[in-house]
Amino acid sequence: MSILDWTYIMVGVTFSLYLSIAWISRVKTTKGFYVAGGGVSPLANGMATAADWMSAASFISMAGLISFMGYTGSIYLLGWTGGYVLLALMLAPYLRKFGKFTVPDFVGDRYYSNAARFIALLCAIFVSFTYVAGQMRGVGIVFSRFLEVDVNTGVLIGMAIVFFYASLGGMKGITYTQVAQYSVLIIAYLIPAVAISAKITGTAIPQLGFGATIADGPHGGQYLLTTLNQLNTDLGFAAYTKPFAEGGKSMLDVFCITAALMVGTAGLPHVIVRFYTVPSVRGARLSAGFALLFIAILYTAAPAIASFARYNMINSISEVEYRAAPTWFTSWEKTGLLAWVDKNHDGVINYSAGPAFLGTPEFTGETGSHGQLIVANTLSESDNELYIDRDIMVLANPEIAGLPNWVIALVAAGGLAAALSTASGLLLVISSSISHDLYYRLINRNASEKQRLLVGRVMIGIAVSVAGYFGIHPPGFVAQVVAFAFGLAASSFFPVIVLGIFSKRTTKEGAIAGMVSGILFTTIYIINIKFFAGNPWLLGISAEGIGAVGMLINFGVTLLVTRFTKPPPADVQQMVDTIRYPRGAGASINH
Amino acid sequence: MEIQKYWKTNIKVMVTLLTIWATVSFGCSILFVEKLNTFTIGGFPVGFWFAQQGAIYVFVILIFAYFFIMEKVDRDHEVND
Repeated sequence: MSILDWTYIMVGVTFSLYLSIAWISRVKTTKGFYVAGGGVSPLANGMATAADWMSAASFISMAGLISFMGYTGSIYLLGWTGGYVLLALMLAPYLRKFGKFTVPDFVGDRYYSNAARFIALLCAIFVSFTYVAGQMRGVGIVFSRFLEVDVNTGVLIGMAIVFFYASLGGMKGITYTQVAQYSVLIIAYLIPAVAISAKITGTAIPQLGFGATIADGPHGGQYLLTTLNQLNTDLGFAAYTKPFAEGGKSMLDVFCITAALMVGTAGLPHVIVRFYTVPSVRGARLSAGFALLFIAILYTAAPAIASFARYNMINSISEVEYRAAPTWFTSWEKTGLLAWVDKNHDGVINYSAGPAFLGTPEFTGETGSHGQLIVANTLSESDNELYIDRDIMVLANPEIAGLPNWVIALVAAGGLAAALSTASGLLLVISSSISHDLYYRLINRNASEKQRLLVGRVMIGIAVSVAGYFGIHPPGFVAQVVAFAFGLAASSFFPVIVLGIFSKRTTKEGAIAGMVSGILFTTIYIINIKFFAGNPWLLGISAEGIGAVGMLINFGVTLLVTRFTKPPPADVQQMVDTIRYPRGAGASINH
Repeated sequence: MEIQKYWKTNIKVMVTLLTIWATVSFGCSILFVEKLNTFTIGGFPVGFWFAQQGAIYVFVILIFAYFFIMEKVDRDHEVND
């Protein structure tokens, strides 16, 4: 059977599975809609959290990025897993004991202030929208590449599916579909990883394979990483395992980006709310452990895939005649994610450091003397002749390794599972921020269960439409605002939640001043770099890492202002005591 | 008071585990990565291994360790349901 037939089968089967689960777990109460009734087992919540967390970017792009960045790629690996330790030890158990629906709920109640609630809800919405637009785009791209439909049709199909199960089942529907989606995506990620590891190193476990020796070929018997260092240096790149290489990121920058991603992860509302769904404080602690375990399975395989892909790529195309290049090379060339310009007219693919030309390939429609597609782009000064998009590494890996068609189809289904599961979690946060935090808590305190559920469902519809619109018409700034999501989560939520739990004395004035100054500083710094091409004036820290500094500012300002303001009222201080004490979590849901 | 004793123990456990967390992530993987890279285990330079594998394994162990330690602390202070 062809790849296309297999893809239709895989996508058809997995989608029907998600829809059936959603139908079985449809809900009638707001508690079911926002926190799945608080009755999800820690194991199931761990899987759902892992699927919620691992997006199209983790699944498709991360290994490719690491493959080109080498050591520096560790910022994603450390940043996006290390945050779970903070979450598990400093936030999840206490927020579960607090036991309401959303993050703005906690900020508003702990700081006895609707202004604080409102700032938190704006941040939650902004962070989630930034993130969700990218997911819808991811769905569209997977559809167009593997099912040969238009990107926009792909986005529309994705919107319809997510709307169906998110509005029907709310958090409960999302949770159980995410459990299924995790299973699909992890199998889809590991099968090619294991096959390629076995092929290159003879070791079936990728996490060990990438520290092993190469089985055969010109580099047989040599350690894979040693070989990669050598290949990279020969081509003019920094050695693969070398940290802080010339022209790369400095130690301080790597430190700050890692810290910002960790703290941002711990402060992302769609991750935090997952811990409201388990029945007890013990459940929250345990389920954070399962979540990171399930995430770690993919995150420890990713750097292995990255190194295999780098080796495979250099080995199979560098200094190879274009006419003799493998078939995957020409088939990806047609998608515009790969291009070759024969600068020295020798008919050989000369790959080295530096861009081949400016921008992304714009084909003229003509073919050159070797059959290559001619690009209209302005050529660069460097000798490099190859343009290669990083996203290819995971998607083309099964083809490069010559795996059967059903594996390639499975990777497509896995990419869709990753994108849909993350999108649904984010849409629920947007919907609950508006229907619960804004409508119920700030506008109509007397709304009935039925009204609130209806508003929640309508909001999912609106949020899906807005996300879909951005998926179809991606604004030029989507790539630039991703830094915002983590920067904002780090500089707004994390400090006020942590202080809210660990320091009873923290006052509402302190928290509001802290959030506002953290957000302002981070936003201005990022906008200056991303939109006005400004310099990273603070010690060269890049936009992605500045959230770490914003977080420190938030902590500093909150503590300082707290010293000069009246302590919180007695009932708030008492609430903090209750949060610190696990007993009674089951009964504490009170809204 | 029982609850204050419980809270103090909890903080102690948390700070200890977070120190390990910072050591493997910011320490071994970033600040001392170059020193550690002068050693190898199999094909891995040690610092590189921490940054792309080891730190993640330690993170998982830390969260489960917190769960099991707190199970005992909760029991000793009789604070759980």
